[in-house]
Amino acid sequence: MEALYLLVPMSVIVVFFTIWLFFRASDSGQFDDLVGPAMRVLQDDDSVQQHAAAPVSSKKTKRSS
Amino acid sequence: MMDALSASFAAQDLPCFHCGLPVPPGSTWSVRVADSTRAMCCPGCEAIARTIVDNGLADYYLSRDGYSANGAKTVLVPEELQLYDAPEVIRKYTTGCDAPASESASRDALFCVDGIRCGACVWLIERRLATVAGIETFNLNVATGKLHVRWNGDSCKPSDILLALREVGYLAYPFDAAIHDVHLQRAGKALFRQLFIAGLSMMQVMMYAVPVYLATDGTLEADMETLMRWASLLLTIPAVLYSAQPFFAGAWRDLRHRILGMDVPVALGIGAAFGGSVIATLSGSGDVYFDSVTMFIFLLLCSRYLEFLARKNASSALDKLQSALPAAATRLPMYPANRDPETVPATRLLEGDVLLVKPGEAIPADSVVLEGRTEIDLSLLTGESKPQARQPGDMLEGGAINASQPVVVRVTRAAVDSTLSRLVKLIERAGQQKPALSMWADKVAAWFVAALLLLALLVFCAWQWIDLARAWPIAIAVLVVSCPCALSLATPSALAAATDRLLRQGVLLLQPHVLETLHRTTHMVFDKTGTLTGGKPALRDVAILGTADRTVCLQIANALEASSAHPLAHALIEAACQESAHASTMFADKVKSMAGKGIEGRIDAARYRIGSAAYVEEITGIPLHDTPADDATSVYLGSEQGWLARFDIADQVRDDALEVIRHVQRLGKQVILLSGDGQGITTSIARELGIASAYGECLPEDKLRFVQELQGKGAIVAMVGDGINDAAVLRAADVSFAMGSGAALAQTHADAVLLAGRLSAVVDATRAASQTMAVIRQNLAWASLYNAIAIPAAAVGWLNPWLSGIGMSLSSAVVVVNALRLRRIRQPGVVVTSASDADALPHSVRASVSARIGA
Repeated sequence: MEALYLLVPMSVIVVFFTIWLFFRASDSGQFDDLVGPAMRVLQDDDSVQQHAAAPVSSKKTKRSS
Repeated sequence: MMDALSASFAAQDLPCFHCGLPVPPGSTWSVRVADSTRAMCCPGCEAIARTIVDNGLADYYLSRDGYSANGAKTVLVPEELQLYDAPEVIRKYTTGCDAPASESASRDALFCVDGIRCGACVWLIERRLATVAGIETFNLNVATGKLHVRWNGDSCKPSDILLALREVGYLAYPFDAAIHDVHLQRAGKALFRQLFIAGLSMMQVMMYAVPVYLATDGTLEADMETLMRWASLLLTIPAVLYSAQPFFAGAWRDLRHRILGMDVPVALGIGAAFGGSVIATLSGSGDVYFDSVTMFIFLLLCSRYLEFLARKNASSALDKLQSALPAAATRLPMYPANRDPETVPATRLLEGDVLLVKPGEAIPADSVVLEGRTEIDLSLLTGESKPQARQPGDMLEGGAINASQPVVVRVTRAAVDSTLSRLVKLIERAGQQKPALSMWADKVAAWFVAALLLLALLVFCAWQWIDLARAWPIAIAVLVVSCPCALSLATPSALAAATDRLLRQGVLLLQPHVLETLHRTTHMVFDKTGTLTGGKPALRDVAILGTADRTVCLQIANALEASSAHPLAHALIEAACQESAHASTMFADKVKSMAGKGIEGRIDAARYRIGSAAYVEEITGIPLHDTPADDATSVYLGSEQGWLARFDIADQVRDDALEVIRHVQRLGKQVILLSGDGQGITTSIARELGIASAYGECLPEDKLRFVQELQGKGAIVAMVGDGINDAAVLRAADVSFAMGSGAALAQTHADAVLLAGRLSAVVDATRAASQTMAVIRQNLAWASLYNAIAIPAAAVGWLNPWLSGIGMSLSSAVVVVNALRLRRIRQPGVVVTSASDADALPHSVRASVSARIGA
């Protein structure tokens, strides 16, 4: 049972780390398009992917403000 | 699909290879794809399939997993697309071009892309864009249908991008991020994050709470329990401080406005439970409710998120309408030398431009009348409902609507300064109203909340006497279990879902009360021309009454009607253009039109009139001996010298008219036909459709009086119309529909617009109205039942806070999910028209429609 004195605080830290990770991912536009990447991964040639821009969500929010 | 590819070409029994619609018999459209000839249903699909193959993109057909969107709507219209290239228009929807030396700078813009159906579409769009010269980067967001493009202003124009997309079968519009749903999108993103944090926090707090619940006396050390409490406290902080923000903000906003909204008890419940738990943790005695707090926040956010999704769907369909073509104006660049018109974007108008404004159109910019007398309708701008007379030399306000005559005007102020800013105001005004039913529910909810707070206080005091330890949790349970949300959500969520569903069926609701009123309607009044009939009448016969021959008569008619927007005028103009190979050389001046009667004008010093027999007789002075056909509209032409001709113009009854009338009659509503046309033709159409009461030869005032008399007898009247002459009666009726193909004036006075031009959309609307009312009743019944059971149960101490949290959140979810059922269109066989029908509308319609929609 003594292990819990270590594990409970660790779990708290893990949760806060997860929150930080989630915010980072959300800011980088990970969750903006949940449909497209699943479609694109099935396509054989990736030539256009290199042509396409990086996610622009952060730019978008700046544009609108 | 592979089978379809390898199957040999069998002429007419295969569906269109591109869109899957049946190929009409006798058509010859086809494209060679993958070494075999494929039949196409229309030139639009053919053009698209050919472009796809010619660009080496035929693989698209191998990897798609459904048919493509029909091509007919994307038939190329390069001239219209060029409207997007005007610098003033570009400035509206792009960034990076504000600098003076902007031509060479790279710009970026968001476009809405319509018709993405599968992975192959994404592949096709990206492949096609990659070949457009000048595009620097692009990023297609499939989930939202938004395409972000950055291009070089030197080598590429917006129209090139839109054209490239249209060529492969996708409609795209610039998306004006400044006005549209950026706010909503940001709110959605924030809500999603808050939901995630609350969920994470709930799960983890539950991990610490369960052992405490399960532990029997003595198995859990006191130190361990304290540690768990502190851990729970730490993990609840993000949920309360971040995820619960919407509730605290809502409660604060409500209190500041001195109203009791549904957020007040929620915020109080969260605050009290969290505060009590913090005190218990710090002091080391008493119960903690961290698990209840986080669960309550999470579940409540879930139902909020559901509601948000419903709203977002509704607004994304509106976006597509709003991002349609910029408002257009008809400019006469060579005036006064000649009157060749050209179409320009309204934003491009400069001071001094001469414009032609037809009746029913909006005035594109502040201007002064050069020629013609008219009346303008300022009701949308100032609220003044009486039309204002204007004559040469008078000012015309941009954004007002020309109500009676065509006028030639000179622009006095560039459109950017006046009209647009006013249109923005109109949009705001249109979006602010709330339906009476919703306002009623809000009012009831406010009383409910007040009573609830009082009850919670009483319960708290009472339990102080009975059992001091349980007073706090029971008061919290009462606050949390009650569900004013169900009451407050019942109506708006049902109305939002119904509005969204109707929009997808091609009905745009402009006034909030439509569904409520439509449900109670007792009489339904239809206009004939353009409403029950196709609105595209064609010339059937010309009877010569004087000395002039058929061609001359048609040319005179053409000259007189040239500037009219009336459907009968279109029929005559079309017939004249078809019959004479070279363009007519006749021009009419001093043209004057009388609503419901006809048009007078002067050609080569002779005065002519075209219109009803009585109106023309005033000028000929000779009584008419003529028996017109009773199933066609007769338009007479005469001059001061005498009668010239009678044009028989017949109009086809819409395919769906009979079905619509039957349906309305089955619902027990009275159907009435009011028409400005002759009694004979009105009666014959009424007989064909089984309408008992039909009244012909109605002037606009007659229609208005008729409807007002009905209303005087206690009837609730719905009106369906399309023309300028219907505007007054559309406003007077309790609920009114304007056809999407009708005049802008009619649409601005109507409560709803049938965008797709399908009459059967009226049936969809009545069906949606009765379903909506049923859902609202169910929701309100559920909310009352739930609260009547749960609140007393909590007050006597049968529910603990976490059970209350679950109960209240489930109750909200039941209400929202029940409302969302309305979004499903249950009628099989009804063609579900997408919002891309906006593209089928004429400019003026789209402009006025965009002006009316609230963001």
